[in-house]
Amino acid sequence: MKEGFRQAMAWLHTWAGLIFGWLLFAIFLTGTLAYFKDEISHWMQPEIPARSVTSEASLTLAQQYLQQHAAGASRWLIDLPDAREPGLSVRWQQTPAKRGERGQFTEKRLDPQTGAEVQGRETRGGDFFYRFHFQLQMPYPWGRWLSTIAAMVMFVALISGIITHKKIFKDFFTFRPRKGQRSWLDGHNAVGVLVLPFHLMITYSSLVIFMAMVMPASILASYKGDVRVFYDEVFPAANTPEPAGKPGQLAAMAPLLEQARQLWSGGGVGRLTVNNPGDANATVVLFRDGADRVVHDFGSALTFNGVTGQLLDTTAQQPLPMAISGAFYGLHMGHFAGPVLRWLYFICGLAGTAMIGTGLVIWLGKRQLKHVKSAVMPFELRLVEVLNIASMSGLLLAVAAFFWANRLLPVDMAGRADWEVNGFFIVWGLSVLHAMARRGRAAWVDQLALAALLFCAVPLLNAMTTPYHLAVTLAQGDWAMAGFELTCLGSGVFLAWAAWKMQRSAHVRSVTRTPRGQSIALERGAH
Amino acid sequence: MKGKSLPVSYRLAVTSRVLAAVLGGYIVAALASVSLGLWLPMARAEAVVIGMMTSFLAYLVAVLWCFACRSAWQAWLGLIVPSLVLAALSGLAYWVGH
Repeated sequence: MKEGFRQAMAWLHTWAGLIFGWLLFAIFLTGTLAYFKDEISHWMQPEIPARSVTSEASLTLAQQYLQQHAAGASRWLIDLPDAREPGLSVRWQQTPAKRGERGQFTEKRLDPQTGAEVQGRETRGGDFFYRFHFQLQMPYPWGRWLSTIAAMVMFVALISGIITHKKIFKDFFTFRPRKGQRSWLDGHNAVGVLVLPFHLMITYSSLVIFMAMVMPASILASYKGDVRVFYDEVFPAANTPEPAGKPGQLAAMAPLLEQARQLWSGGGVGRLTVNNPGDANATVVLFRDGADRVVHDFGSALTFNGVTGQLLDTTAQQPLPMAISGAFYGLHMGHFAGPVLRWLYFICGLAGTAMIGTGLVIWLGKRQLKHVKSAVMPFELRLVEVLNIASMSGLLLAVAAFFWANRLLPVDMAGRADWEVNGFFIVWGLSVLHAMARRGRAAWVDQLALAALLFCAVPLLNAMTTPYHLAVTLAQGDWAMAGFELTCLGSGVFLAWAAWKMQRSAHVRSVTRTPRGQSIALERGAH
Repeated sequence: MKGKSLPVSYRLAVTSRVLAAVLGGYIVAALASVSLGLWLPMARAEAVVIGMMTSFLAYLVAVLWCFACRSAWQAWLGLIVPSLVLAALSGLAYWVGH
């Protein structure tokens, strides 16, 4: 590292990118899928119908249901349906036998139109990708730590990458297709620069989301080690009155929604909590859903008296620093995004995934060139090759397997949600073995082609296993379901094209492996 | 990056820089967040949130410094000096009961 500043940054970019690249690829791909987690869940539980009804109607049904089935509970929790998540879910907590104990929770999903209980097949749905994205299927808190460390490495790799490419905008307009290594580099730069604001935002905001976990020193210092006081100050809890011990009739809650909308200047209610529903001192807490604005506010809530409907408490306005961190949280999650913006998020996420993927391919391609003449590749290059294949095409296969398992496992199978997840990891594991057994190019082609087949066949699989096939969902205008299948189809076509390209370039390479071609590609070997 | 001909001293220097970047950088970042949390003239919780958000930028600069400077010794020196300054500032604020 005696070279100049830019070379040093190129070195840092290369190695930070390589070591965390595989993990970051998986984090980015699953995170990108998580932008459509509700739509994925809807496809994976086709029994739960998508209906558009007003929040008021849903809340009235939920209240009727709970008054019939859970009148004696100490607490009700109601999640209202929204445009993307059509289910109405109610939970209630039994009054604990002894004071200070936690009462048991029961959860039911209701049809928001009829109020009847609906039973979807057991599945983790899109939530699996969302959770994997930051927990990495590890026990708490290790997955969160590892993904946050990966985010910091990503941050370093991004900034060092920007410094490396001084001619960042000029480079952006140079794309030299069909030039092998050089095309990969141009592609890497293009996707990197094109969505650079997204990359910076998504990476920095992921650090902000877990800042209190990974950087707690200032909390400990400012609060003399008492972390609880910090959280009480940041999220002031609404004080709920003790139960009066006298029975009271809970008023209709639906009118409170309109009141909340006025107080929040249009902001909607996402969920409600009813404390002591049968008591004279019942309280109703309305939590804001966050779909109407970027800045996320965890605790934004209104508390009403459940019997008289009188407003008891509102949470204070967020101070500016909390609003800034809330804005980063909101930008990362994209809860506020409508269909067009959500697709833009998805595309940016794919671009980020592609940037990481092309970076890994470039690292290997550059070093493989030095060994084209020898029959055996050095161990470390072979290791990188296997990891590249398994982490990219293998992960795509695993995602496809997860969707297939959802339709192929019997609906009433015990532990079926876990077996869907197991299917995901078994297929991912098999992809590692396959990549070890086959030569590099052949393994790429096999896995990409198989993934293409599985994704293209998703609409067919659905038509064969459920009555909700594409023609039906398109006719009904169920765009979440139809869009999911069309996206699978599109992804399958893209993967088929990738497999075909890979197959063809393998042929071309074996024919025109001239020394001249190598020297051109090696010119760019600066990093 | 240059094959198998790299001397041991080079490898040790790289290891030393990586350690400086990962551990030293974290300490600089944590101390920066503590100082900001204690010194910023605003409500305690707000100052802490700003401190935490800023710390990642300090971490980033520290890591880039560790690989941009001329030698591994310089990398460590460039982290130890700001750490001492930040620790002194934090200690002052803490004991004064700022």
